[in-house]
Amino acid sequence: MEEKCVVQKIRQETKEILEKYPHEKDQLIMILNDVQEKYGYIPKQAQMVISQVLSIPMAEIYGVITFYSRFTLSPKGKYNISICLGTACYVKGSQKLLDRAKERLKIEPGQVTPDGKFSIDDVRCVGACGLAPVFMVNDEVYGNATVKEFDEVIDKYMKE
Amino acid sequence: MKTIQEIEKIRTEKRAELDLRVNTEADTREKHILVCRGTGCTSSKSPKIIETFRKVIEEKGLENVRVIQTGCFGLCAKGPIVIIRPEETFYAHVKPEDCEEIIQSHICEGKKVERLLCKNMDGNFAQKLEELDFYKKQKRIALKNCGLIDPEKIDEYIAFDGYQALQKVLTQMNPDEIIEVISKSGLRGRGGAGFSTGTKWSFTKQAESDQKYVVCNADEGDPGAFMDRSILEGDPHAILEAMTIAGFAIGANQGYIYVRAEYPIAVQRLKIAINQAREYGLLGENILGTGFKFDIDIRLGAGAFVCGEETALLESIEGKRGQPRVKPPYPATCGLFGKPTLINNVETLANITKIILNGADWYASIGTEKSKGTKVFALGGNVNNVGLVEVPMGTTLREIVYDIGGGIPNGRGFKAAQTGGPSGGCIPAEHLDTPIDYESLAQIGSMMGSGGLIVMDDTKCMVNLAKFYLEFTVAESCGKCTPCRIGTKRMLEILEKLCNGEGTEYDIYRLEKLAINIKKASVCGLGQSAPNPVLSTLRYFREEFKEHAIDKKCRTNECKKIAKIEIDSEKCKACGLCQRSCPVEAIEGEAREIRIINQEKCIKCGTCIASCPFKAIG
Repeated sequence: MEEKCVVQKIRQETKEILEKYPHEKDQLIMILNDVQEKYGYIPKQAQMVISQVLSIPMAEIYGVITFYSRFTLSPKGKYNISICLGTACYVKGSQKLLDRAKERLKIEPGQVTPDGKFSIDDVRCVGACGLAPVFMVNDEVYGNATVKEFDEVIDKYMKE
Repeated sequence: MKTIQEIEKIRTEKRAELDLRVNTEADTREKHILVCRGTGCTSSKSPKIIETFRKVIEEKGLENVRVIQTGCFGLCAKGPIVIIRPEETFYAHVKPEDCEEIIQSHICEGKKVERLLCKNMDGNFAQKLEELDFYKKQKRIALKNCGLIDPEKIDEYIAFDGYQALQKVLTQMNPDEIIEVISKSGLRGRGGAGFSTGTKWSFTKQAESDQKYVVCNADEGDPGAFMDRSILEGDPHAILEAMTIAGFAIGANQGYIYVRAEYPIAVQRLKIAINQAREYGLLGENILGTGFKFDIDIRLGAGAFVCGEETALLESIEGKRGQPRVKPPYPATCGLFGKPTLINNVETLANITKIILNGADWYASIGTEKSKGTKVFALGGNVNNVGLVEVPMGTTLREIVYDIGGGIPNGRGFKAAQTGGPSGGCIPAEHLDTPIDYESLAQIGSMMGSGGLIVMDDTKCMVNLAKFYLEFTVAESCGKCTPCRIGTKRMLEILEKLCNGEGTEYDIYRLEKLAINIKKASVCGLGQSAPNPVLSTLRYFREEFKEHAIDKKCRTNECKKIAKIEIDSEKCKACGLCQRSCPVEAIEGEAREIRIINQEKCIKCGTCIASCPFKAIG
């Protein structure tokens, strides 16, 4: 019963997002961006609604979703750790942060910990090159980071 | 909807009101506190600073003091930055706790807060913005309004010559005259390839069609580059105005800005700017009452580097996978939705209004023989003054890195500078004095690119760097053509072998041969330039490749599989700092003894190297 409610809710909310745009095929990426923003991923139910309304085959929508790195097909962790691997951050040692994250959480970039608490993303440039190396936990930016500081931040979230 | 006279009136009145922004001698009792709201400073809590300033001002009941959010000042390394005008005082690393003191001391008592002033390389405090070394060699054209106006207020843009160029072209010029001015100015595409902007405009104008489009390429994918973002965040109206001028020149009435969704502040400011321009009748059906129709829509990217390639970008605007098209036909004849399309980069467009207002000769007088005007660089990596710099073409790399950038931190040596991101190459110390323009950079095996300029000190391994860029291109290759899809993957595998100490000299030969073939055979610019970082590092740092292949040694210890971090017992003073800093407790030994690194436990993170005050670890 509960599952059915969730499905209906997603369908309804996706329809609301679609109302903001003209129903043209070239709006697909704009709409997917909104859905991604809302749920943290693009649920299959949402894809089905978009497919019907815009008359785009599901396969094509799947093709678009998997092409762009911003779109994901499964939800992220409660705390999504994004580590910037842009050149400016890389030169200042962000790879060490990523290695440390993988080691501590025992997952690879793009994966979620079994308890759903953490996920890791390696991102290309969050635009805060002046603060390199940078990592983010959800929307919170941590600049000029060292492995030690990274550990402290992770410890903090682990306790929560 | 406003008439030309009404816009003129806003310009005169607002300009007088904002005179103190540009005139340090302005005769006024007003103070403007400008706070950077670019992405860098915003990440380090500048919105909180604005809030605190406003609160303190209200508490003290001060009049004539305004707090204004602006775009990027450029010196991101010193952020969050606060500038007080008209006296142009530059405060660095301001925290919300400092606001009270700044207001009390600077505004109320007229005494500068010395401790927050910015130091020059010679150790002296810069009392004013123009005294900072960072700004002395710069010439701001594209970035003119960044850090000067509130990007969310159209009136402030109008005050500083905003929409005057549009007014001029709509009332006094015909399309051919506009294109002639742009051609004569010598402006070339700032996205990387350097194609003549005037020629591009003229091709698109000549194409016959009932519908044409203007597209602004704001898909700044080069990791480490943030010029376009800063322009969009600091001066969005300049892009809208330039696109409208371009539309008038080529005969288009619809424009699209394709911008990365990863730039939320830029997207937000663009949306605000478009709405304001529509309200004022500067976009829409009947612009400035001249009967010309033009409108602009935003399209968001979704994280694909290849969409910076113009035909891939068009596919993406059409809502498809961003895979490049085979050229010809070029977008100038068959572009968006199969119609003639003009695609210009953000920085290119940011120059247009200034060229129209000041003339082609003025612009052509700046720069070198074949590369005119200025170029904005996002200076990053191992350099003191990380930030955004705009210099005339022909400035040398040495001037940018040392005079503007303030040199390399921690007393390290310069090893290389990387321009053009994953499509560009490395410039070694021997070419530091090369004047930067399109031709000279190509000659030394790099390219202008969009403007990312990453400085690397001597702790960086060039083989590892080449691997880093290949990882990027492998991840970002769209998969359409075989040389790029499979070839770059094979190149990466060879580089991984080298970095792991499993390579041979023959691998270097194979790597080079593969690189040359991929360059020749790929469909689009991504594949054609993907081998550049490898070829240029091979050209200048072949020795390092050989060390990895033959001696299985990485001189910088960056390649972890063959790295070995050790404590030099002669330099070590047994202070124990390294032991405390190690995150995995790999450093063993008792107090006041020279410690030993347990190689089994060591994760080669380098924290101990950074913690050692005697440089005894390496």
